[in-house]
Parts: sequence; structure tokens; C-alpha cells
Amino acid sequence: MIPLHWYLLVAAGMFALGVYGVLARRNMVAIIMSIELMLNAVNINLVAFWRYMAPENLNGQAFAIFVFTVAAAEAAVGLALIISIYRARETVVAKEIDMLKW
Amino acid sequence: MVITPVTIAFFIMAAFTLGGSLGVVTNRNLFHAALYLILALFGAAGLFVLLEAPFLAAVQVLIYVGAISVLIAITIMVTRRIMGVESANRQWPLSALVGLLLAATLGFVIMDRFAGKFPVAGVPDDSLTRLGMALVSYEGMEAYLVPFEVASVLLLAAMIGAIVVARK
Amino acid sequence: MENIGLIAFLIPASPLLAFFIILLFTRHSKLASDIVAMVAILFTWVLAGILLYLALTTPHLGEEPLTAGLVWLPLGDAVTDSLRMGVLVDPLGAVMLFFVPLTATMIFIYSTGYMASGSYWTEVTGEGDHDAVDTAGRKLKKFDATAWKARFMAFIALFAGAMLILSLADNLLLLFVGWEIMGLCSYLLIGFWHNRVYANQPKRITPMLAGIKAFMTTRVGDMPMLVGIAWLYSFTGTLNFREILYNPEVLEGLNVLAFPNVPALAGVTVAGAIGILLFMGAIGKSAQFPLHTWLPDAMEGPTPVSAMIHAATMVSAGVYMIIRMFPLMSAGWDGHALTLPMQVMASVGAFTALFAATIAVAQCDVKKVLAYSTISQLGYMVAAVGIGAYVAAAFHLMTHAIFKALLFMGSGSIIHAVEHGEEHAHHHGHHFPIDFDAQDMFNMGGLWKRIPVTAWTFLIGGLALSGFPFVTAGFWSKDEILADAFAHNPTVFWVLAAAAFLTAFYTMRQIGLTFAGEPRTHAAEEATQTDWRMNLPLVVLAFFAVFAGYVGVHEGFPVLGKLLGGNFFHHFVGSTLLKEPEALAFSWAPVLLSIGIALSGLLIGWLVYVRRPLQAEDEDPLKKVLGPIYTLLENKYYFDELYDLIFVRPSKWVSEQIVYLLLDKQIIDGFLHFVARFFEWLAFRNKDFDTYVVNGLGDSVAEGIGKTSDSFKYVQSGRIQQYMAIAIAGVLMLVGVFVWALFLR
Repeated sequence: MIPLHWYLLVAAGMFALGVYGVLARRNMVAIIMSIELMLNAVNINLVAFWRYMAPENLNGQAFAIFVFTVAAAEAAVGLALIISIYRARETVVAKEIDMLKW
Repeated sequence: MVITPVTIAFFIMAAFTLGGSLGVVTNRNLFHAALYLILALFGAAGLFVLLEAPFLAAVQVLIYVGAISVLIAITIMVTRRIMGVESANRQWPLSALVGLLLAATLGFVIMDRFAGKFPVAGVPDDSLTRLGMALVSYEGMEAYLVPFEVASVLLLAAMIGAIVVARK
Repeated sequence: MENIGLIAFLIPASPLLAFFIILLFTRHSKLASDIVAMVAILFTWVLAGILLYLALTTPHLGEEPLTAGLVWLPLGDAVTDSLRMGVLVDPLGAVMLFFVPLTATMIFIYSTGYMASGSYWTEVTGEGDHDAVDTAGRKLKKFDATAWKARFMAFIALFAGAMLILSLADNLLLLFVGWEIMGLCSYLLIGFWHNRVYANQPKRITPMLAGIKAFMTTRVGDMPMLVGIAWLYSFTGTLNFREILYNPEVLEGLNVLAFPNVPALAGVTVAGAIGILLFMGAIGKSAQFPLHTWLPDAMEGPTPVSAMIHAATMVSAGVYMIIRMFPLMSAGWDGHALTLPMQVMASVGAFTALFAATIAVAQCDVKKVLAYSTISQLGYMVAAVGIGAYVAAAFHLMTHAIFKALLFMGSGSIIHAVEHGEEHAHHHGHHFPIDFDAQDMFNMGGLWKRIPVTAWTFLIGGLALSGFPFVTAGFWSKDEILADAFAHNPTVFWVLAAAAFLTAFYTMRQIGLTFAGEPRTHAAEEATQTDWRMNLPLVVLAFFAVFAGYVGVHEGFPVLGKLLGGNFFHHFVGSTLLKEPEALAFSWAPVLLSIGIALSGLLIGWLVYVRRPLQAEDEDPLKKVLGPIYTLLENKYYFDELYDLIFVRPSKWVSEQIVYLLLDKQIIDGFLHFVARFFEWLAFRNKDFDTYVVNGLGDSVAEGIGKTSDSFKYVQSGRIQQYMAIAIAGVLMLVGVFVWALFLR
């Protein structure tokens, strides 16, 4: 049987890669993809804890489902915003969308 | 450490997940990055199966691999004209440091607190039924009717919002 | 049963939804708003009927009421400490469930007809067109409020929803929520015609001021009530009615001394203190003495509002609350010596009943008579609770709601007819003054032939109010209170009996002045009222005003008692309590006394006002008999003036004289002026110093700040990833501290 910490380490790695992606990628679509990675890492964590700590109690799975929902909503709205910004400013580079400054 | 089919499967899925994630954040071709994302998400679905949550695995494949990835791919195509070769921005060394530190901290805590834990009990047979019930009941220990409804409204709002925002 | 929860939650939800729909979508369409409101209230009525049927067919409803609920605010231990919100339908709740939706539905139907017109005078300030100038020199303009009718339907829908929340609530906090929403609604509705003024009557209270007055006055009662709720929660850890009131241990636990170290309050128990605090809320809400002054002025609202406030909803809420909390109020009551809250309730209630009845005798506004009559009848119920006549109070609450709604809507119909007649007379060229008061009974007379439906139903309602024996609901409920008082508390009985006599008298006076004889004005001569939407509710309510009393006829009553199945109401409602109160043995004395009192009051009223009806320009015959007392009563014992003198003016005086003139003008302004002059002087003395040192310093400070901010502004790069990198680095530092503290140290 696989010990719990393997799953947690995979999830932690995935999360850290997601953080790196959010901070380092130039393209906003790539940033959204990285956010999806982070959400997925959280989901792996939730399910792993549910399986190893309290399988008789379904709250872990239920939470994972709500994370799915939020991820779907976030992706839809986020990508729509990107398309909208692209129309208005002809760019999808996060660095160039910097109107909100001094 | 015994090598069993399950551990082999785990390693394959973990490799998919982590390798895919690495691809997403490093690949210079954005469309390839999206394909790597599918790989990573697929790996996560495999992990769900190993964790005996087949329903979540199915949902993962349907929603992430099926819907969100396609959405991302379409967005990439729509906005592609100006993207030549994608590269990291100037703060990538700082970002890498932050990511590494985060991974190190998390890994340390995990190894300190959760190393070598094994499942305490089996998954009940009726877990899927109960999961379904939990989402639509408002009494008892597993009562998610109200969050469920709120999530529904959220999705509706996101849908309408996405249409309104993306429309010309 | 799962369905109970769903049905019960939908009952208040439906009018509340109608409120939002009307405000958000249909507010520009009167017809659409009427339809939305009517659909909502009819839906509520049907659901309430289903729930009532379920409640009536449940055996032992008192022991096992219909309940449903969910955790609303988890606190501490999830099971014991959390605040739950839920519904409770026990026998008492079932009674509310019967008459609240019934009267509310009738009032909604009526409102759709009543609000079909509405124009009045407003004051024009500054330059602007005006149609008339009154004796006080104000420029007046005719204003048409027709456009506001949709909003009116929204408000009464909100009001009905709040009352249903209150009726179905299973805990004191949810009850208080409904209670306060109604407070807001009463403010909105009383002040509905907020720009109305009364020509030639600059002193008369306007709807806007009446709304503020109602809101502020009830607030005086609500604050102690909130304190009482908080105290109850901190003492028992729950606000659920069943857990507190149907639980001998908790009631016993509440029956301990509240202030053992304060000699002056030595005998007060916690239950007693909380009971008094809660009762203060009821004093404000149910307009008991000394907070009764807001209710007559609430008559400035449109008439369906008066019916809403007086019958189905707001004032009933206060009495309902004290009936509901009766086990708490009477904790430690052995059946003989009244507890402290009961004593207070009995005295306040009985006094109010008589006090308000005397005022009602000398009012000439058709709605004010009913307003004081309401205060008086509420006093009855409060006194009934005070002497332990739990069931009688609930009974009278129900019958009174029905016949008082009937009377108010009848009076609205009268006013409507007279206003209509006034417009009509004006068209025919008769002169009419700009201050014509369509609510003044001395401007009426002879309406019997003009508006027969209203007249007949009003007569039935009036007889029910005065307790006309055997054929009206009011007789049975009032008789039960009087019988209880007769057996337990003779003082209260005689006070209430005197009030009953006055009630019968002023009711007959009102009917005589309004309907009997010949019209005294052109407006009354041409009054008409044909809208079925206003007549139908009157007929329906008149039916219930006659028959609703037969559910609670005493078992021992000759012939009728056996015939009607033996006091169903008493056993049904009585089972709400832990120990069903024993029904009194039937006794002839109070019955005969109350019949005699009611009939003699009616007879005297008939002799004075109906047999020899007043002619135009006649004075009230009472004026000759009572002399100066009449003036005292007409002016409501000068309570408004007294409160104005001791509360309103002092606070105005304090804010004007002390706060504004002394504190602001003298002390603060004076200090500032002094400082200013001092520095002025200093400045002139040290011009050069100023120029080189002060200016230089000021400039350099400003420039320094400017430069510093200039260089710092680049932190705001507008680049989201840079912000996030910094934020995550910060989070990492915090995590590092935690890891160090929890794992490495």
C-alpha cells in the first residue's frame, strides 16, 4: 500500500510548480493554466486526506466537488476576460496590462 | 518497500502529474503547454482512482480534461496571432526560488507529520450514493444543500458573466 | 415529516419574493404588481391552509408539534450552542396560521381596490406653481400619488412576509427578526404619503412625522426586549421556544433570584426580569400605556395599512409574543399569587383597556375611534395574559384580528366613499373647502342607504367589537376573559367591565354618526362605493366575525356548549402549555354581567346617536354632558403634549442650546477663535520668522513628502505578477515562522 505522504509530496510538488508558473509565465493563459494546476494539487490533497484519515466521512469528497465547481467558474470567467482584454488591447501578456499603477 | 502493481501505477501517475506540470510551466510553445496540462490533469485523475474515488476521477476527466482544457486551447488559438515564442518573464529566478522554498517547506512539514501513514479503514460501499445524498440534503453530518445551491448560482453567474464579458 | 419544513419555509418566502419582484421588475405597472402580490398571498394562503390541516389532524399537537429547522449560526459546540433557525407549528402557532393569512389575503384584495385612487395636498416651497393658499400661509398643490401604488403593494407584501416569519418562528431571535422587519414596514407604510400636508391644519401631524413617531416609539420598547433576549440566551444557552418553554428544568432554573445583592430588587427572579424586559417590547409594539401614542397617529397611513397594523399583524405581534412567552412570564406561578411580570401585565393591560376606551368616546375621526378601540382591546388581551387566562387571550387575539380588520377596512370604505362624494360634489359646482376632512364623522351621516354593503358589514364588526351576545365572535372571546377575571381578580374584572361598557357605547356612537339619519354634507350625500374588491373582503370577514367564536364556547354553557362540541379551542390551544390550564367551571354571574354591560352600552349609544340622529352643524351631545372632561378626552389626556414637553422638547433643547449653542458655538468655536487670534497675533509679530523659518519648514516638509512619495510610487508597478511574488514571499516568511515555532523549536 502507498503511504499518505507520497500523495502529499506529489500534490506539494504540483502546487509549487503552479506557483512558479503563475509568477513566471508571461502569457495570461499560461497563468490560468498554472492556477488550474494549483487547484488540482489542492484536490489531490483533499482526496488523499479523506482516504487516509476519514474514509467513512464524505466531507473530503464533497469539498473536492466544490473545488471543481469553483475551478470551472474561474476558468470560464478568466478566459472570457482574457479574450475581452485581447480585443481591447491586442495583448495577452500580463506585464503589458499595467494600467492600474501610479 | 514492496514493488506491487499499485505502486507502479502510482509512480506512473505521479510522473504524469509532475512531469505534465513541469511542462505546463516551462514549455515555450503555449499550445504544447496546454497539452502538458491535459497530461498532468489526467495523471491527477489516475491518482484519484488509486485513492478509490472513481467518481471524482471521472469528474476530473470530464470537467478538466474535457471542458477546461478545450476552453484553454481555444483561447490560445484565438489569441495566438501575437504570440511568437513564449518565454518566462524577468522575475523567473525569484519565482523559481519562491516555488522551491514553498516545495521545501511543504515537503518538510509532510515528512515531519504524515510520513508512513496508511489507510485506517476501507471506503464504504455506499459512498457514492451518500455523496450524492450529501449534496442535496440539509440535515445531518453531511449536509451540503446550501453550498450546493450557491455553487449552482455561482456557475450560472460565471456562465452569464463569461458570455457578457467575452461578447463584442 | 420533511414536507413540513418545506411548506413552512415557503409560506413567508412567497410574499417576501413578491416584495422583491415588485420592487425590481414590476414597479411601474400597477396591474402587474397587483397580480404578483395577489398570486403570492394566495399561494401563501393555500400553503397555510395545508399546514393548518396537517396541524389539526396531528394528534397531541401540543406534545409533538410540527417542527423543522437548520443550523443557522454554528457557535462553539455544534449541537448545543448553535443558533438554529426553524419553524414551529404548535396549537398556538396554528391559531396564528389561521387568521394571519386570512386577514392578510383579505387586506391584499382590498388594497388592490382601495389604492385605485389617491390625491392630496402637498406643500410647495420656494418658487413654483400652487393651486391654493391655506390660512397658515402655505402654498399648496394637489398631488397625485397614483404612481406609488405598486410600491404600496410591495410594502404590504414585505409586511405580510415578516408577520408570517414571526408567526412560524421557533425561536425568539427569528421572531425578533420578523418583529423588526415589521417595525421598518410600519415606518414605510405610515409615512407612505410622505409629502402630504393638511390644509388649514398646520398643527396636525403629517404622515411623515407619524411614521417617524411610530418607529421611534416602538424602538423604546424594542431595546429592552433585545436586552431580554440576550439575557435569556446567556442564561439558558438557547432561544428555542420548545427548549425553554416546554422544559420544566429550564423554567425551574430560570426561577432564581436575579439580583441577590441588590436589596431594592431582592425578590426579582431571572424569569421575572427577562419577562418584564420582553413585555416592554410588547408595550411598544402593541401600543400599551405609556407607549400608546404612536398608534393613533399611525392612522395617517393609507387605510389597508391601518388594517394591516391593527388587525393581522403588528400589534398582534406584541400580544402573540407575550402569549408565546407565557410559561416564562409565569415561571413559579402556583395558580394564586401572580408573578411580577404577570402583575405588571395585568395592571398595564387593564389600565390601558379603560384608559383608551375613554379616549375613544370623544374622537371624531372615524379611524381614530378604531385606533383607540384597538389599544383598548389589546389591553384586554394583555390583562388576560397577566391574570393567567392564556387561552382566553389567544382566543380574543384571533377574533379581534378578524373583526378589527373588518372594521378598519369598513372605515376605509367609508372614507373612500366620502372622498368620492366630495369629488363628485365638486364637479357639480357645490363649493367645498380645501380642508374638507373625509375622515371626520361629523361630515358624514346617512350613509346607510349610500353604501349598504359597508354599512351591514360594519354593523356586524361593531357588534362583534362590543360583544353583542351569542351571535358575534367578540362576545365569546371577551366573555371568556371577563369570566376568568371574575374568578381570579375582581379588580381587573371591574376595570375591564367598565371598558366593555365604553366600548359598546362608542361603537354605537360611531355607527350612529356615520350611517344614521340624513347626510350632513354634500360629500356624504353623493358618497358611493361599488368596487367589488373592497366589498368582497368585508363580506368574507363579516362571516368569520360571526362564526369564528363558536370554536371556543364554554362546555358548561347551556344548550350551545353541548351543541358546538365542547370548547374545542380551549383544549387545542391549552395543550401548548406543559400543563393544560384547567377550564373554569361555568358561572352565570360574569356572563350575565357582560351581556348586561354590552347591551346597556349599545342601548345608550342607540338612544343618543341613532334614535335622534345629528343634524348638520349639531354639536356632539356628549359635549354638553361631559363639559371640560370631553375636551380632556378629545385631546387624549394631553399625552402627546406631555411627551412633547418632557421628551421631545428637552432633547431638542439640549441639542440646540447645550450641544449647538453652548458646546459648539461657545466652547469649541471659542477655543478655535482664540487659537486663531493668538496665532494671528503671533504671525504679525513675527513676519520675518514666518517667512523664512515657518514657510521654509512647511515647504520643505511638503516637498519632502512629495519627493518621498514620488520615489515610492514605483512600487505600484501595475504588474500583477510582481505583486503576487511579493505577497507569496510574505506568506512564505510567515509559514517559515510557523514551521520554526511548531516543528524546529
